[in-house]
Amino acid sequence: MEGTGAGIVAAKVVPALKGQTAKQAKAPEAPLAGPALDPSVPHSTIKLTINGQEHRVEVEDRWTLVELLRDHLKLTGTKIGCDRGECGACTVLVNGESAYSCSQLAVWMDGKTVTTVEGLARNGKLDPLQEAFIEHDGPQCGYCTSGQLMSAKALLLKNPHPNRDEVRAGMTGNICRCSNYNHYVEAVLAASGTLAADARRRA
Amino acid sequence: MKTFTSANPKSVSEAVKLLAKGNAAVAGGGSDLLGMVKDHLVSPDVLVNLRSIQGLDQVKEQANEVVIGGLVTLAELAEHPLIRGRYAVLAEAASVVGTPQIRNAGTLAGNVCQRPWCWYFRNGFPCYKNGGKTCFSVIGENEFHAIFGGGPSYIVHPSDTAPALVALDAKFKIAGPSGERMVEAADFFAPPSKDPGRENVLTHDEVLTEVRLPTYPHWTFMTPYSVTSSTLRSTYHKELDRESWTHAVASVAIALAMEGPTCKKARVVLGGVAPIPWRVPKVEAMLEGKRITPELAAQAGQAAVEGAKPLAKNKYKVALTAAIVKRTLTDLGSA
Repeated sequence: MEGTGAGIVAAKVVPALKGQTAKQAKAPEAPLAGPALDPSVPHSTIKLTINGQEHRVEVEDRWTLVELLRDHLKLTGTKIGCDRGECGACTVLVNGESAYSCSQLAVWMDGKTVTTVEGLARNGKLDPLQEAFIEHDGPQCGYCTSGQLMSAKALLLKNPHPNRDEVRAGMTGNICRCSNYNHYVEAVLAASGTLAADARRRA
Repeated sequence: MKTFTSANPKSVSEAVKLLAKGNAAVAGGGSDLLGMVKDHLVSPDVLVNLRSIQGLDQVKEQANEVVIGGLVTLAELAEHPLIRGRYAVLAEAASVVGTPQIRNAGTLAGNVCQRPWCWYFRNGFPCYKNGGKTCFSVIGENEFHAIFGGGPSYIVHPSDTAPALVALDAKFKIAGPSGERMVEAADFFAPPSKDPGRENVLTHDEVLTEVRLPTYPHWTFMTPYSVTSSTLRSTYHKELDRESWTHAVASVAIALAMEGPTCKKARVVLGGVAPIPWRVPKVEAMLEGKRITPELAAQAGQAAVEGAKPLAKNKYKVALTAAIVKRTLTDLGSA
């Protein structure tokens, strides 16, 4: 029963995931497209690199990184869950390390390199992690998935072949309310090649 | 979020000037501060970003001490070879803070200076920590509150690195408008009986800039014994109500100077059970000059909770604390 349910959900989610990655090939054109910056509020101009593209943007000092990404750069793959650095839905990479983008001000990102879920696929080809997330039914409702992907990416950048415990530890900063943790762990192990190596050892 | 100006000072003195000017708050990693701004617990007009200051993110060895800049992240600390090799208790404490994302952003100074996580304070109740004259935990939901040193506020100090630093006899460098001062780690934390609104001696215009750890030959508490890296054993143990993210329900930081199988000097500091890192000198005294046997460790566990004053819903912390002191000492003694 459990398998059936997950299959139905996954079938709905997979095209959405693929759609998302197809869209990301197009770089955001208009830098500020969301609610406009209020000039009466303290603001600053920053330069940062997002998914390989340099941006020079004017930001209100109070904007968080996730607000800049979602509301002003149309990079809505990054989600806001708790907005308090507790759930992990907003996880992105800052200079290659995982960060809660709700708990960093955009203005602090001056000179930094940010990678969001939209930056995982290269040349229209999904990242092995994304392929593995689909293969192993990682997403159920899908809301936490982009954050889970970015935490997994940060983990594999540091430790390309983690064991199961290291994957669990590396993903502790991301909550999944569907509690699909085991599938995520399998997916990360598969993407890193550890799962295949495990299977070969057992065979 | 409310509006504020983000300031990027280039030096500590510039940062201190900004703080002294008025309604300003200091950000290290920023995680704790931004949450409090969003929840209207603090409403700064200026947010002073310490990460714009060069040189506060280094671990350096100099004469008789290891200097850790306040902006060194918890992730860096947990993996730093020198810290792991010599000051295991600190590396271990840093490695169990929050989550990978929090450790990547969070700084040592920020972890030490974070505000309490009492649910009354964080939810805006008019308690001592929010400028009021009540501690709601006394007759309220107090399962995570203090069993030692409480009153009039019963918060627990939430930092993992703070007990480790007290166990290592660290010194803290504080910068303020009138210059710098050094404070012993144990004297940095202030009990609520002094000022129930605060957790440490920092004033609004001061910044914790550096932590200094003594190197072994100069370890004041361990003299006159000759202590080398192979004879200092230290470790941190943290108990949580779930496996990640949260703060210690109870924790213990232990540093032992060993001579062969004999403990010559000891530091035992509890976390998560008192409004400050809670040293237990009686336990330290009973370990000194002895072999750490399982029997002695069990006695030490019991001695560690002598005088505990649990509230209505946290008596479990007494047994838990005794158990982790016993278990951690046993492991360290037989290591």
